[in-house]
Amino acid sequence: MQRFRKNWFAVLAVILVAAVGLAGCSAPAVAPAKPPAPPVNLTGAGATFPAPLYTKWFDEYNKLTGVKVNYQAIGSGGGISQITEGTVDFGASDGIMSADQISKAETKSGPILHIPMTSGAVALIYNLPNIGGQLKLTGDVLANIYLKKIVKWNDPAIAALNPGLKLPDAAIAVVYRSDGSGTTYIFTNYLSKVSPEWKDKVGNATSVKWAGDIGGEKSAGVAGQVQQNPNSIGYVELAYALQNKLAVATLQNAAGKFIEPSLAATTSAAEGVTLPDDMKVMLTNSSNPDAYPIVGFTWLLVYVNQKDQAKGEALVKTMWWAIHDGQKYTEALSYASLAPSAVVKAENAILSIKYQGQPLLSR
Amino acid sequence: MNSTGGNLRRRWMNRLMLVICGCAAAIVIGFLVLILGYTIINGVSYFNLDFITQAAKPVGETGGGMREDIFGTFILVGIASIIALPVGLMAGIFLSEVAGDKAASVIRFSADILAGVPSIIVGVFAYALLVRPMHSYSALSAGVALAIIMIPVVARTAEEAMHLVPNSQREAALALGISRWRMILGVIMPGATTGIVTGVMLAIARVAGETAPLIFTALGSAFGVQGLTEPIGALPLQIYRYALSPYSDWQKQAWAAAFLLVILVLGINIVVRLVSYRKK
Amino acid sequence: MPGTPDKKSVSRPRIGDRIFSNLTLFFALLILLIIAGLLVVLNIDAWPAIQKFGISFITSISWDPVREEFGALPAVYGTLLSSLIGLVIAVPVSLGSAIFLSELSPVWVSRPVSFLIEMLAAIPSVIIGLWGLFVMVPFIRDPIEKYLGANLGFFPLFQGPPFGVGFLSAGIILAIMVIPIITAISRDVMHAVPSTQREAMLALGATHWEMITGAVLPYCRSGLVGAVILGLGRALGETMAVTMVIGNSYKLTASLFSPGATIASKVASEFSEASGDLYIGSLITLALVLFGITLLVNIIARLLVWRSVSVKGTGE
Repeated sequence: MQRFRKNWFAVLAVILVAAVGLAGCSAPAVAPAKPPAPPVNLTGAGATFPAPLYTKWFDEYNKLTGVKVNYQAIGSGGGISQITEGTVDFGASDGIMSADQISKAETKSGPILHIPMTSGAVALIYNLPNIGGQLKLTGDVLANIYLKKIVKWNDPAIAALNPGLKLPDAAIAVVYRSDGSGTTYIFTNYLSKVSPEWKDKVGNATSVKWAGDIGGEKSAGVAGQVQQNPNSIGYVELAYALQNKLAVATLQNAAGKFIEPSLAATTSAAEGVTLPDDMKVMLTNSSNPDAYPIVGFTWLLVYVNQKDQAKGEALVKTMWWAIHDGQKYTEALSYASLAPSAVVKAENAILSIKYQGQPLLSR
Repeated sequence: MNSTGGNLRRRWMNRLMLVICGCAAAIVIGFLVLILGYTIINGVSYFNLDFITQAAKPVGETGGGMREDIFGTFILVGIASIIALPVGLMAGIFLSEVAGDKAASVIRFSADILAGVPSIIVGVFAYALLVRPMHSYSALSAGVALAIIMIPVVARTAEEAMHLVPNSQREAALALGISRWRMILGVIMPGATTGIVTGVMLAIARVAGETAPLIFTALGSAFGVQGLTEPIGALPLQIYRYALSPYSDWQKQAWAAAFLLVILVLGINIVVRLVSYRKK
Repeated sequence: MPGTPDKKSVSRPRIGDRIFSNLTLFFALLILLIIAGLLVVLNIDAWPAIQKFGISFITSISWDPVREEFGALPAVYGTLLSSLIGLVIAVPVSLGSAIFLSELSPVWVSRPVSFLIEMLAAIPSVIIGLWGLFVMVPFIRDPIEKYLGANLGFFPLFQGPPFGVGFLSAGIILAIMVIPIITAISRDVMHAVPSTQREAMLALGATHWEMITGAVLPYCRSGLVGAVILGLGRALGETMAVTMVIGNSYKLTASLFSPGATIASKVASEFSEASGDLYIGSLITLALVLFGITLLVNIIARLLVWRSVSVKGTGE
C-alpha cells in the first residue's frame, strides 16, 4: 500500500511537472535561433480575402525584423467586431464600417482609420462539368440567381447569354458565405448597384439574409462547397479561384463588355475613381470599359490613438513596410498592388497614428 | 401440428432477431473501421517528418507542418489539467467521502449537468469571461474552457473510483486513530489510484480533441506558442480550418493532423483501458 | 496496511478534518459556481436581444443582420430535426448492439466489441466531421439522395435537389456519434436486470428472443429510455462535425436533403464574426436556448437512469 501511495503522488507530480514545464517554456525554446529581436507580438484578425497575402507579408516581415504579426482569417465582420472589443491589435476588413459600427468603436477607443493594403476582385466560380465553354453572366441574372428567382441552369435568361453551352436541366446550388465577410460586402455592394430589387430586399453588408442554398464558412468553405457540389455557383476572391484553377464566369461590366476577372481588370477598376482622404470608397461597377465590375479595396482597421508604445510602433512600421516593399508580393498571389495615389493617402493615414499625442512615425 | 408450426415460427423468429442484433453490433464496428480506415490511409500517405518538425508555411509555398499546433495542443491540455485536476479531485473526494446524501446528490447532479453543457457554449462563456475583458485571445482562456469540460469528468470518475475502495479499509484506518483527511489521502486515494488515473487520462484524451471551445478563445497562431496571454494554435483547430480550406495541400495536412490526433487520443484510450483491464 | 498513521495528526484530528472537509466543499461548490457563472454571463450578453425580441425570438424565422431582425426557429428546428434523424438511425442499432453485448455474446466476444465501440466514442468530433465531409457526404449525395429522390420523391421529406451536405448527412453523423453512448448505457442497464428474471422466462419454455422481449426489456424500460435521452442530449449540442456537414443555411424546409443549421453550428460559424450588441446578443440567446433544451433533456435522462440504477441496487 505504501508503494501505491508513492506511486499515486508520483503520477500526479509527473503530470503537474510536465504540464507546468510545457506551459512554462515559451516560444524561444522551440523557435529557430535568430538574432535577438524585440519581443513584440501583434495580433490581427479579420478578412479572409487578403489572408494569403497577409500571411506571406507577415512571414517575410518576421524574417526581416523579428516582429511577429499573427494574422487569423476570421472574416471581415469579425475584424470589425474584434477591433471594437479591443481583443486584437488591428482588424482587417474588405467592407467599410457602418456609421453605427464606427460610432461604437469610437466611443470605446477614439477615431479609427481605414488603411488600404491592396485591392482584389470577387470571382464567380461554378461547378458545371462538361458544358463546353466559359459561363457568361450579367449583373441582373446574377442577382436573380442569388435571389432564387432563376433556379435552373437551363433558364432562358442564362441560355440567352450562353448560346454555345450545354447547360444542364439541373437546379442551381447557390453557395454563399455563412459568416460575416468582406467578400460578401463587396459582392452585395455590387448586386445592390445593379439590382434595385436586391438593394430593397437584401441590401449591402458583411452578412445578409440569404435566399441561397448552401452556406460555406470562409472563402475557403465556399470554394470547397462549390468544388464538392456539381451544378453549384459561388463567389470567392480571385486569388482562391486562380489558386484552385476553378472555372470562373465572365461578367458584363457597366460598359456592356464581358470581362474575365484578372489582375489587369482589377487594377482598371480603380483607375478613374476619385479617392477620398479617408479611403472609404467602393470600386464596384466601375465605368471603365476594361474593368471587372466586382472589385474592392481591403483595409486594415487601426485606432489613431495607440495604447501601447512598443506595439503601436511595430504596427505602424509593419503597415509602412506593407504598402511599400510589401507590394512586390501582391502579383504572385493574384492581388492588385495599390495605385501610387492610394499609397500616398495610406501614408498620410499611417503618419497620423499617435501614442499619447505623439506621432509614432515621421517621414 | 398447429403447436409445432408455432414453435417453428418462434424458433425462426428467435434466430432472425438474434442475427439482427449481431448485425447491429457489426454495423457499429463497421463505422469505426470506415472512419479509422480512411483517417489512417489518408493520414499516413500525407504524413512525413516535416509535418511534426516544421512550422506552417504561407499559402503557395509547399511543405511546412504543424509543429507549433502540436505543441500548442500539449500546452492547452497542460493548462486545463493544472486547473481541472485539483478542482475535480477535491470535488470527487467531497462526493465520495465528505458529503452527506443530500449535498452529494446536489453536487453530483450539477456535475452531470455541467458535463452535458455543449462545448460550444463553454467556448462562448470563456470568450465573454476572459477574452473580452483581457482584450486578447489567449492560451489561458482556451485552457480554462477545456478545464471546465474536464472538471465534471474528473470529479465523477474520481468519486466512482473511491467508492470502489472497500469500507473495511476506511474502518481499519480510522481504528488506528488517524484523522479522516489523512485516511482519505493516505488510504482511499492510493486505493483508487488506478480508477482515478484512468478517469484523468480519459478526460485528457477527450479535451485534446475538443475544437468548438477553441474557436473563440485560442484563435490560432501563425508563429507558434508566444505565451499564456497570447493566441495559440491547436491541432483540432487546425484540422477544422484546413479541412474547410480549398487548398489541396492544406486538406492533406488536415488528414495528416487527424491521423496524429487519432493516434494520440485513441492511444491514450487503448493504453488506459488495457492497463485497467489487467488490474481487474 | 497503508502508512502507519502519523502520530502528530492524532492530537488534533478535528481541525484538520474540518479544514479538509471545507476545502473539498469549496471545490465542489466551484462546479455550482461555474454553472451559475455560465447562466449569468450568458444572460448579460443575451439581454439586448431578449429585451428587443422577447418570446417572439423563438418563433421568428428571420436572420437578417442588415436590418437586425433575428429569430431562432430555423435553428431550433434544424437542431431537433437533425437529432431526430440521428436517433431514428441510432436507437435500433444501439439497442441491437446492447442486446448482443449483454444477452447474446460470450465475454470473450463482448469485451473486445465493447472496447471497439468505446473507441468509436473516443474519436474527436472534428475528425468525424472531416471524414463526413470528404468521404460520407459525396456518398450521401450520389447514390443515396439521388436514389431516395427518384424512388420516394413523392414524399416531401425526400424532395429537393441532392446537395449531399444537409440535414440527412448531419443526422447520420449524429447517429454515429450517439450510438456508442446509447449502446454503452443500455448494455449496463440490461446487465443490471437480475438473472432470476431471465431464468424464470426460460423455465417457462420461452425462446431466447422471447426472454429478452418478455423479461429483460420491460424490466429496464426506463433505463433504456434514459439512455436514449442522454444520447439525445449529446446530439443536440454536438457542434463541430455537424457544422462541417450541415451546409449552414438558415431556412425552414421539410426536405431532409436541404442544407440547414443547428443552434450550435450557427453559433460556431457566426459568433466571432458578429458585430453589434443585438447580433451578438441574438447568438448568445440562441446558445441559452440550447443550454435550456440540453438541461431539460439531461435532467430527464438522469432521473430515468438513476431510477434504474437503484433498481439494480435492490435486484442484487
